[in-house]
Amino acid sequence: MRIRTYEATIQQHYHADKKPAWDIGAGLIPGEMHLAAGQEPVAVGLCANLRDDDAITAPHRPHHLALAKGVDMQAMTAEIYGRTTGLGKGRGGHMHLFDPSQHFSCSGIIAEGMPVAVGQAMAFRHKGLDSVAVGVAGEGAANQGAFYEAMNLASIWSLPVVFIVEDNDWAISVPRDSATPVKDGSVRASAFGMPGERVEGNDVERIYEACKRAVERARGGGGPTLLEVHTVRLWGHFEGDAQAYRGEELAEKQQQDPIALYEARLRADGLLDDAAVAEIAATAQAEVDAAIAFALASPEPSPADLLQYVYA
Amino acid sequence: MTATVETATGQRRLTTAKAISEGIAQEMRVNPDVFVMGEDVGPYGGIFGSTGGLIDEFGPKRIIDTPISETGFIGAGIGAATEGMRPIVELMFVDFFGVAMDQIYNHMAKIHFESGGNVKVPMVLMTAVGGGYSDAAQHSQCLWATFAHMPGLKVVAPSNPHDAKGLMIAAIRDDNPVLFMFHKGVMGLPWMAKNPRSIGPVPEEAYEVPIGKAAVPHPGTDVTVVSVSMSVQHCLDVAESLEGKVSVEVLDLRTIAPLDREAILASVSKTGRLVIVDEDYRSFGLSGEVVATITDHDPRLLKVPVQRVAYPDVPVPYARGLEYAALPTRDKIEAAIMQAMKG
Repeated sequence: MRIRTYEATIQQHYHADKKPAWDIGAGLIPGEMHLAAGQEPVAVGLCANLRDDDAITAPHRPHHLALAKGVDMQAMTAEIYGRTTGLGKGRGGHMHLFDPSQHFSCSGIIAEGMPVAVGQAMAFRHKGLDSVAVGVAGEGAANQGAFYEAMNLASIWSLPVVFIVEDNDWAISVPRDSATPVKDGSVRASAFGMPGERVEGNDVERIYEACKRAVERARGGGGPTLLEVHTVRLWGHFEGDAQAYRGEELAEKQQQDPIALYEARLRADGLLDDAAVAEIAATAQAEVDAAIAFALASPEPSPADLLQYVYA
Repeated sequence: MTATVETATGQRRLTTAKAISEGIAQEMRVNPDVFVMGEDVGPYGGIFGSTGGLIDEFGPKRIIDTPISETGFIGAGIGAATEGMRPIVELMFVDFFGVAMDQIYNHMAKIHFESGGNVKVPMVLMTAVGGGYSDAAQHSQCLWATFAHMPGLKVVAPSNPHDAKGLMIAAIRDDNPVLFMFHKGVMGLPWMAKNPRSIGPVPEEAYEVPIGKAAVPHPGTDVTVVSVSMSVQHCLDVAESLEGKVSVEVLDLRTIAPLDREAILASVSKTGRLVIVDEDYRSFGLSGEVVATITDHDPRLLKVPVQRVAYPDVPVPYARGLEYAALPTRDKIEAAIMQAMKG
């Protein structure tokens, strides 16, 4: 709910000042914007198993993973608004969120964060830590060579890595089945001598359990695991994507909003009522609004500082 | 390999390869976060000898042979560096950069910037460059300009054993990603023809050669010859052969990025004549950048047109006669110097 509130509010603010003529470079939040509505269960189910000292390398669609991992919402929002108080002081933007305190990093180049996760795991082991490195990519990215090179290295060195594929059925406009020759992508793990598991249903509890097994295996010295999680992309690849290519499938998927479904289940189980839902929604909205207010009150970087941070 | 030679005076002389591996070993002894990773860096000792003997002292946990998987292990080096290690990753030939360029260009070079300085990538990417032995188009290039072009990378290319050890130690200690490009011809390999300058005096202790500082191994007053890496050896041969006729100042850049522009300006201010000798491709590269360094500052420093002895814009050919028609040779360097002296 917190993540969805964040994404929905960012979506609203992103579009608010791009009217009447939609210009991707205009407004308080310029540039591409990849939101993760529908994929929240992956982030929540995964991060409930992670500690602050565990690492995540996220792809171009990173907000859900960052928030679930514990990345500071205000600093992240300030980065998305391109402000000096942002995680990258306005140099990175929404696809390049780095928070060393949470060992959280991103790559806008799909699957290329996977080898980085392997190296993080090497560092953890070298330092005698039991931290785990998680690499996250989409099902489209899982056809990239970097993904396989990373799995191969993690397996031969038995490193504490968890590879997560967020299968949202779409690589921008290309459907999964026309790009991936196997129905269950986790079978690819067998080529690298590691366990693989596909999790159906976009269900946070099942995802949590699968991630728990993988994280515990990694932390206990059992080596890497590949998890493919079947999830849902409720919105466009990026904001402004009309998704004409999705046809009726989109309407079907919108009936599978995991937050609505989970809320209904918890209500049915007597664990949630109207008051609790209202309180959660209000708390989330207040936190998001405060983060945006923080960003808007923060200074923009000075052009005089353009050349900063090229070198350490 | 006979890497160590005791001279009559007792001054220790090493091959460049041995100087590099000694520098790595000395840093590894004092810093447990330093490790080496790459293809054939273990028992083989590096195809060009850059990691010779390291496996014996440090074992396979710190001298790590990798699969043929450059995107994987260069990316792993980046991840390890962001988590506090100081990896030295070997890319066997720089020509293989293509299969891992995303890691180099989009990750290694940019993470520090994208993070607003919050994440450092203290990593050395060590790689063999250069031709002259008929290894053809995919195993002979220099390509330093290709890497120097990307902001965030430092690029060094030593011409002799002393600088190689000092630059390697400086690169390991640097908090930035550093491309350490060693020319096969300067390594002093027993299986490749070599200039005697590839074996030279190297101090036993650990020391740094500062990144970003050129050297003047042969001072002069008539003409400035700017070069880097293997070509510096040829330039020194020519400068010595011309002694008494032309006073040649050889400037060894040692670092391509960041370029020591002050040293270039200081020398050309003195001589007014400039020859650039570069084994990398002529167009859109180092030689043009050196010229721009002068013309951005004051074109009137030049008394005569600049002479560029650079690799012509052609892939590296296989046949010996063709390759040497392209390479910067002593004859071409001398001719360029004499042409500059006509003005």
